Amino acid sequence: MKIYLKIWRQKNYSEPGFFEDFCLDEVSSDLSLLEALDLLNERLTRESRRPISFDSDCREGICGTCGFLINGRPHGGFEGLTTCQVYLRKFKNEDTLVLEPFRGGPFRIITDLVVDRSKFDEIITAGGYISASVGQAPEANSILVPKEIAEEAFDAAACIGCGACVAACPNGSAMLFTSAKIYHLNKLPQGRPEAKKRASRMISKMIESGFGACSLHGECETVCPKKISLKVINFALREARR
Amino acid sequence: MIPSANIPPGSIDKKWSNFKSSCELVAPANRRKFRILVVGTGLAGASAASALGEQGYEVLVFTYHDTPRRAHSIAAQGGINAAKNYRNDGDSVFRLFAETLKGGDFRSREANVYRLAEISVQIIDHCVALGVPFARDYGGYLDTRSFGGTRVARTFYARGQTGQQLLLACYSSLLRQVDLGNVKIFPNHEMLDLVVVDNRAVGLIVRNLLNGSIHRIKGDCVILATGGYSNVYYLSTNARKSNASAIVRAFKRGAGFANPCFTQIHPTCIPATSEHQSKLTLMSESLRNDGRVWVPRNQEDKSKDPRLIPEKDRFYYLEQWYPSYGNLTPRDIASRAAKKVCDEGLGVGPMGLGVYLDFADAIKRLGKDTIAERYGNLFEMYQSITGENPWEVPMRIYPGPHYTMGGLWVDYNLMSTVSGLFVIGEANFSDHGANRLGASALMQGLADGFFIIPYSVPHFLATNGKNKISEDSPEFIVAEKAVSERIKRVLSYQGNHAVSEIHRRLGKILWDKCGMSRSHAGLTNALSEVKELAEALPKLIRVIDEGEGLNYALEHALRLEDFVKLGELMILDALERKESCGGHFREEFQSEDGEAARNDEEFAHVSVWFNQNGLRLETEKLTFEYVKPTIRSYK
Repeated sequence: MKIYLKIWRQKNYSEPGFFEDFCLDEVSSDLSLLEALDLLNERLTRESRRPISFDSDCREGICGTCGFLINGRPHGGFEGLTTCQVYLRKFKNEDTLVLEPFRGGPFRIITDLVVDRSKFDEIITAGGYISASVGQAPEANSILVPKEIAEEAFDAAACIGCGACVAACPNGSAMLFTSAKIYHLNKLPQGRPEAKKRASRMISKMIESGFGACSLHGECETVCPKKISLKVINFALREARR
Repeated sequence: MIPSANIPPGSIDKKWSNFKSSCELVAPANRRKFRILVVGTGLAGASAASALGEQGYEVLVFTYHDTPRRAHSIAAQGGINAAKNYRNDGDSVFRLFAETLKGGDFRSREANVYRLAEISVQIIDHCVALGVPFARDYGGYLDTRSFGGTRVARTFYARGQTGQQLLLACYSSLLRQVDLGNVKIFPNHEMLDLVVVDNRAVGLIVRNLLNGSIHRIKGDCVILATGGYSNVYYLSTNARKSNASAIVRAFKRGAGFANPCFTQIHPTCIPATSEHQSKLTLMSESLRNDGRVWVPRNQEDKSKDPRLIPEKDRFYYLEQWYPSYGNLTPRDIASRAAKKVCDEGLGVGPMGLGVYLDFADAIKRLGKDTIAERYGNLFEMYQSITGENPWEVPMRIYPGPHYTMGGLWVDYNLMSTVSGLFVIGEANFSDHGANRLGASALMQGLADGFFIIPYSVPHFLATNGKNKISEDSPEFIVAEKAVSERIKRVLSYQGNHAVSEIHRRLGKILWDKCGMSRSHAGLTNALSEVKELAEALPKLIRVIDEGEGLNYALEHALRLEDFVKLGELMILDALERKESCGGHFREEFQSEDGEAARNDEEFAHVSVWFNQNGLRLETEKLTFEYVKPTIRSYK
């Protein structure tokens, strides 16, 4: 098939960016979009042109490294998929794909489609953990967790930290990311002793890091590749005020 | 020379506690004076760094990822083994030990493997305390399932994302130590060399990937937790950035490399469909609990809709060849069986490299809901990659490189032949012999990091004291200069190919001749091909100089040079090991019915390669006191 690409190019944070057009002809629809970019990069290298920088690692939707906007939507807006899981067969022959970096909140462009999401680590550092050191743990089955609770905690724990929620949010808020961790840990009995402190510290840290506040638009939920529900935000806000 | 393996005295069930009660300690007030460098933030690295932070040491952590949470442990699907015997189905520490030893085809150290089994139960306790949302039954107790190579259900799991949940728990635990001021993390920093003085590891040369700056970092000891090297084959189930550079650099600085030819080919990957495919996606081995593996009996049925092939024309080869384990034979055996039926022309799918993994019977027996609960995300993943619906049509799978049992040699304390250089997780060679059982990698990574390193590192520091070599010493300066020059050299290469194209070429040589099956002729041939490739590299590769900014192609080029070096070592090791064992199958050494024929008289040893004045091979003899080596039979 034939695909037209319009890709955001920006050498670094301080230089201005621009769109560059490319065309991939006779590519197999069984390739993933990132494999198509790999192919394009091989071509650019042979032509001594600067390859397109984009992030990716596991290429199976679990590490959270990849992510850019495809036609204005984080990860392309396909249900339950990350950028690396988008295959060309999702598009029509001769479609044009516009690829842009995740923007929003304190995310800064590093090069082309690569952005700095290090503020996420700062949010987790502010209490996104259970304070258990090696040696302290009791026998595993002495902590009973009802199946439904374990499942609910899991749904929130599935967050991969990709940043799609921030890129989709009109406020550039990281509230879905922050609340997913609060929900995961606070739902479990092991997480209760630090529940309130965790919620209030993490939410304050999010605001302090330059992300916007949440006004429950719900855009984040629609683009989350792990389908994390908006309900985690309501829960986290309640936990912080408890 | 290989140092002593330092196995503690006593009977096998007492060795670890004997070590723990006799090792040297560092007093709490003195711990802050020691600086420990950790490279890698997967299960092993993150758990080691956080456990040492908890003890009060100054810990610096380096990762080439943008955040520690990206490490490839995150992609492990199926589960983690532990001898809890919650099922009351006959499990015990001894049984997990014996099965791991047997699964590894008697090419690992008894004492290490026993300790791993012993620690397994503590791992589950600690992970639950950290908030890992393991699967539970309706009473709220932990659930388990069975895995290949065992006859008990000892695998704890978190849907098909066990690795993710364990890694995120370690990541949280690590960031807690950052919050407490004990650990400092350097994301986007790649280790490019190890600094060794008088055979003691004294520091690292790292490169900041975002701005290209090179730094000298001094430490009192170094822990490498940099994962395995399956990406030497280019196409593997590993993440794109996974690489062998840290261990190859350490090897060049004097660390012995053990059993490089022991690689694991995983039987259940989604088959490759095109030359430009960038990686193989693994489908968890747990699928073999309920899926049945088959190929058509007749070649003419290969392109038929599998649903229309009647039962009598289906060849359930694993169930037929290995009736007692059936679809749950260990990985090496299942992989070779798939290759065998495909070599006979019965493979399905494009290029004829695939076998069916069929859930129709399981769906009929257990209902769609149960199957969805167990494997829902894997079915979705399969569908998104192949465009086929596994609820309707059987999956197609084929073996692919997945894990490397080989790695840097370590003693019982997980220290390499370089003093003060510890190697943990997949990066070392220690516990899996010639084949790793499923759900044991997560177990080993966490055992090493959370439970072993917190004893062996303090023991080393207490015995050897602080490192007195400063970052301004000639050794550090020379090492830094060499790294800068190497980068300049790579940027000057004037070839006509992108790095990935040449990496693919290396991968093909190794996959064809040093992959699932190996022969003297093939290996000899591969050796000269890899040597040629190594020489031709500067004329083949082109890397665009991007100045001080991020340059993924440059990172890849440096890693490729190290992969080429390692490829050569793998081939040499495969040539020297004139027997078949576990994942290492030499065509010349097989039994009458085509199974691996081990040679315990000549090869019950660890092969350790050194890079001092050329390559040199030494061996560490393996002795078996508690489990008598038997011919592995899963029939």
